[in-house]
Parts: sequence; C-alpha cells; structure tokens
Amino acid sequence: MELTVNGHKTYCYTGGKNFNAAQPTVVFIHGVLNDHSVWGLQSRYMAHHGWNVLAVDLPGHCRSQGDAPSRVEEAADFIIALLDAAGAQRAALVGHSWGSLIALEAASRLKDRVSHLVLVGTAFPMKVSEALLNASLNEPMKALKLVNVLSSSTLAPPPSALGPGTWVYGASLALGRRVLASNTQVNVFHRGFKACDSYANGLAAIEAIICPVLFVLGAQDQMTHPKSARSLVDAAENAGKSVRVATLAVGHHQMTEAPEETLSAIRAFLKE
Amino acid sequence: MPGYSDPGFDTLALHAGAAPDPLTGARAVPIYLTTSFVFESSDHAASLFNLERAGHVYSRISNPTNAVLEQRVAALEGGIGAIATASGQAALHLSIATLMGAGSHIVASTALYGGSQNLLHYTLRRFGIDTTFVKPGDLDGWRAAVRPETKLFFGETVGNPGLEVLDIGAVSAIAHEARVPLLVDSTLTSPWLIKPFEHGADLVYHSATKFLSGHGTVIGGIVVDGGGFDWDASGKFAELTEAYEGFHNMVFSQESSVGAFLLRARREGLRDFGACMSPHTAWLILQGIETLPLRMARHMSNTEKVVAWLAGHAFVSRVGHPLLESHASHALARRLLPRGAGSVFSFDLKGSREQGKAFIDALKVFSHLANVGDCRSLVIHPASTTHFRMSDEALAGAGITQGTIRLSIGLEDPDDLIDDLKRALRAAEKAGA
Repeated sequence: MELTVNGHKTYCYTGGKNFNAAQPTVVFIHGVLNDHSVWGLQSRYMAHHGWNVLAVDLPGHCRSQGDAPSRVEEAADFIIALLDAAGAQRAALVGHSWGSLIALEAASRLKDRVSHLVLVGTAFPMKVSEALLNASLNEPMKALKLVNVLSSSTLAPPPSALGPGTWVYGASLALGRRVLASNTQVNVFHRGFKACDSYANGLAAIEAIICPVLFVLGAQDQMTHPKSARSLVDAAENAGKSVRVATLAVGHHQMTEAPEETLSAIRAFLKE
Repeated sequence: MPGYSDPGFDTLALHAGAAPDPLTGARAVPIYLTTSFVFESSDHAASLFNLERAGHVYSRISNPTNAVLEQRVAALEGGIGAIATASGQAALHLSIATLMGAGSHIVASTALYGGSQNLLHYTLRRFGIDTTFVKPGDLDGWRAAVRPETKLFFGETVGNPGLEVLDIGAVSAIAHEARVPLLVDSTLTSPWLIKPFEHGADLVYHSATKFLSGHGTVIGGIVVDGGGFDWDASGKFAELTEAYEGFHNMVFSQESSVGAFLLRARREGLRDFGACMSPHTAWLILQGIETLPLRMARHMSNTEKVVAWLAGHAFVSRVGHPLLESHASHALARRLLPRGAGSVFSFDLKGSREQGKAFIDALKVFSHLANVGDCRSLVIHPASTTHFRMSDEALAGAGITQGTIRLSIGLEDPDDLIDDLKRALRAAEKAGA
C-alpha cells in the first residue's frame, strides 16, 4: 500500500491484506541496502495471522520517495510519521541491522505507542570501519560483495524467501544492487552506513523504552556479532526492562538464512 | 563459509546448496523420492500454500533434492535462484509462458537448436506468440525487429552448431532499450566457459542433459534468474507487476523486489504446466556438476587438438570453431569466452552426402546419436536429424549445409579421437572413388 508520509509517497508491503483498525500493527524496518522484501516470509505470515503489517521501504529506497535518512534520529522521526499516516495508534516495531537502531530510537520516543520492540542483528555502537565506509562510497560494488560475504554463514541455506531453489547469497547481492540503483541522487549505501556509524543514543534509548524487547542475534554474524549487542542487552536488563534474547545459528542474514527460526522468535514474542 | 571473499567456482560446484544432512549426517545429497511432505498442522499447511513459510508441499512444485540443484546452478551462474524442469525445452517454455501470452512477440537469434526453432517458429505461433528471427551478429536487425508487443529477446551463447557467438552485452543493451529481458540458452558453454549475467543477460537456461549432467544419463533443464531486470520499471509485464487472481492476488514484484519471475514461474508454471524434474534426475545432474570444472577443462583441451587436426586435413573443406581465425566469431569468442567456445562444433567434408554417411558409419569411438555434452564423443548429421524440420533458408541461417557434420568432443584420449576421425575420413574418401 502507498501512504503519504511527510509529503512523500511511501510504500509499505502489507502481506496482501488491507489495514484493519481492529487489529494490532507491526512495522518491519529494513537495514542498509535492503528493502521491505527482506522480511518476505515473516511479514506475510504475520499479515495472515491477525496483524496489520507495514513492511516499509525507507525514504529514498526502492518504491519510497523522499530523501534517504542520513541519521538514525531522522529515520525514527519518519517511522513516527508513518504510524500517524497509517492511523496506527500503537504498533510493534521490528528492525534489522540499521533498521534495529531506527526501531530502537523510534520506540524510545513513542513510549507506550510501541507494544513490542524486536532488534534483529543489532549492535551498539554499530561502528563501520573507515575502509568499508570509503568503499561503500567509492567502490560500492566491491563493498557490497564484502558485506555479503561477511553477512553470510552458509552455502546451503534452507528454503527461504521466494521459496525452495533460492540462492540466498546471490539474491542478497541482487537486492543490494537494486536498492543502490533505485536512488540516483544519493548513495544510500554510504549514507546508511554513516547513519549506523554515527548513532550515539543507543543506551539512552533502550533505557527510555517502556515495552518488552527481543534481541534476535546470529551466532556467526560477522557484521553485528552477538557480543556487540551485549551493551544494549545489559542496559535493558539493568533498567528493568522485559528482555528476551534468541541467538540463532546463522550470520547477519537472519531472515533469509533462518526464516523459520526468525519467524518463530518474533511470533512467540509478539504473542506475549 | 564464513570467509572473506566470494567462494570460487570449484567450491560452489561441490558445496552450493548442500550441507551434511542434519538428520542422518549423510555427506552426499540425499535423494528425496517422495511426492509430498507432511504438514505439522493445519495452520502450517495453509501457511505453506500461501507463501508465508518456507518449505515443500508437493514435488511438482519443489523438492529438497531439486532445490539443491537449483541453488547450485544459480550459484555457478551468479543468479538469485533457479527452477529445475523436465528438460531444456521445458525450461524454455516455462520462461516464455511466464512472461507472455497470446499477442506477444519475441525477437530471437537464427542460430538456435532445432527444437527451439520449432517451438518458436511453429508451435508458439499456434498459441498467438510470434517470433522474428535475426542473425545473432546483426545488431541493427535486433533493434529493427522490436515491436510494441515485444516481450523477450532470445539467443544462444554460441549457436548450435555453427558456434556464432552472441554478443550478449550488445544484444542485451538493445533489449533493455526496448524494456525487455534477454534470455540466453547457455547449454553449450556451461557457466565454466561464460556467465551470461556478467555480460548483461537477464535469464539463463540450460538443457542440463548436456554438460551440467555430462554423462548422457538423464534429461533435464533449468532456468536461472539473474535478478537484475526491473519488471516494474519496464512497465510491460503485468504478469509480474499486477495482482494475479490465479495465486492469492499476489503482486509478484512487490512480494520480491528481485525474484518476481521465479515466483510466478514456480507458483504458476510448475503448478499448471507441470514440467517438473524427478529428484533422481536432479541427483544425477548434481553428480555431474561436482566434476564440471574438471570435465570442461578436458573437453576444451581435447577440442583444441581435434580442431587443429581437422583444420589441416585435405578432405575437410571447413571447420566451424571460433578457435580458428577463419571463424566469423573468432574475435568475439576471444573476448567473451577466453576459456574456449565449447566442444560442440561442425565441419564440412569435401564430398557428397553419401560420403558423409560413409564417414559417420566408419567411426568407432565417436557414437552416432542425437545428443551433445556427453563425456563420450558424439557425432551426428544435423540436416537429417536435429535440424530436420528446418527449411534450406533456415538451415543456412543456422550455418548448416547438407554436408555438415556435428561433433561433440568428449573426454577420451585425444589421440584415439584423432585416429578414429582419420580412419573415418579415409573411408569417406574411398566411398567417393
């Protein structure tokens, strides 16, 4: 479905279902060089099991217009405006990688408008090496290949989004190329990485949320290693939040390399 | 994995899509000879049918053994996924039927396998799909053939059997100007010789019967999506960009930003046309792919020796392989196919059709049959067999005469192949005496 957010056309995948004000809402937020389709299986499942789904293309990414966010805080403002545009008074926020920081920051501001917070493949701080930042700007295809290698944990993923026969490794590369090409004004690869790298409000944000939080981490994740999420987990626990941690035997492609396990963790948590 | 660079071709040929079986520890790929897969619950069943969860339902649509093959070929081609089919012809039909219906138009190379030419020239016309044939190197011809209803460009990496090399970059650029994809038949080259996606192709298919399997044991096909064609931006493929009542009103291009073609091809094409692959066939093709790099290297070194020998024989008027400077695609092949332009090629005898028959009948190592890409060396007379239904004009377009002999060079000792050809050429000369 298309919404107008901050005056710009914004695309949200809804799993083929219409928005129903009587149902709870879950927002899926993608990471750098991704779009709504990385949540294909999880979002479609939730849409057919009692939830309104808004799997958004962030501004300046693929089907959504507007300026691509250059800071996590800016993207969080967009998520708040998205909920208002959709007429969703309350929602669960699910974010992956960069999207997890956006979800976290948005949840800290939305307070009780957020029912659940799910951080998939998260880290804080989410530092990006100077070499990779430069490569994302000057040699984006080379950087994309490197990120894809570091995000993958297996040459034999199970049946995944698109269905059996999908070569997740190649599909991730193709999606990255598509997202990069979708914005001819801005290098969304570099801008997204800069936003991750510069975000400094993670610990304050996790202390400010008032909803339960689930961490879905990849044991073999070389982009956001589980130990890099420890500061957020500890801060949440120390602040007395309701915390769940699911560590899956995968890399940074949690949704496609472990679609069932990722769905299972999210589904169980959203039932709480 | 995980590593620090893209896995190499030889590694992917052995490992892509397959890990030790988690239930039994079996290291080789198990053959899942089962029609169906038990649902965990009614909700699980509904979710699988509605593409909410990943898994297998019925082996016409997907199967774990086939899925390994599909992932592996997609990996070797640099694609996003693949669909295994009953044959190479089924892969071609599935590709076309997914993208168009009656009233559509294809621009295709003249240098096609005879079966493909039949499908386009005769059979699809009966279903309202028209094709304009263009010489593969005639770039102006490709451009001029485009109509408003054109939905696809189609050619072979190297034409069968003349080995005219398709300039994939140039032809795909014209296709993309016309907002349509380029489908490439890469059967004769395999991804070891060329990866068409790297040059601009959008869809690639194989008769897996040939080099991928490599042992002349099974019939199979596979189509791979490169994931690069933007169906929405094209605006010509409502099949993929608008809600499809025949499958949950799904908008395939919204469901997957890069995989819309594969989604519809599997969920409609395999479901309704049903040209699926047997898991046993998939397993045999996987066995072949494990040694594809080794076999292709030997195919090419043997071919070099045979081509050089034939080119120097007094009773041979022409050898049609791009290894030779005399071949029209020599320069293009050096650029696009640095490892070689394949081991299937043709040559012409100096002599009558009867002498051609005498040549074939005298061969002992080469097998006279209708196949290529076997580990054994093969021979056939195209004008009377594989390209039998083509007119003289169409034959000429494909670079075939009545005296053309097609060889598929196998993995035998090259000296034995040359001895066999030497003996048969002598017999052909005597037959004309």
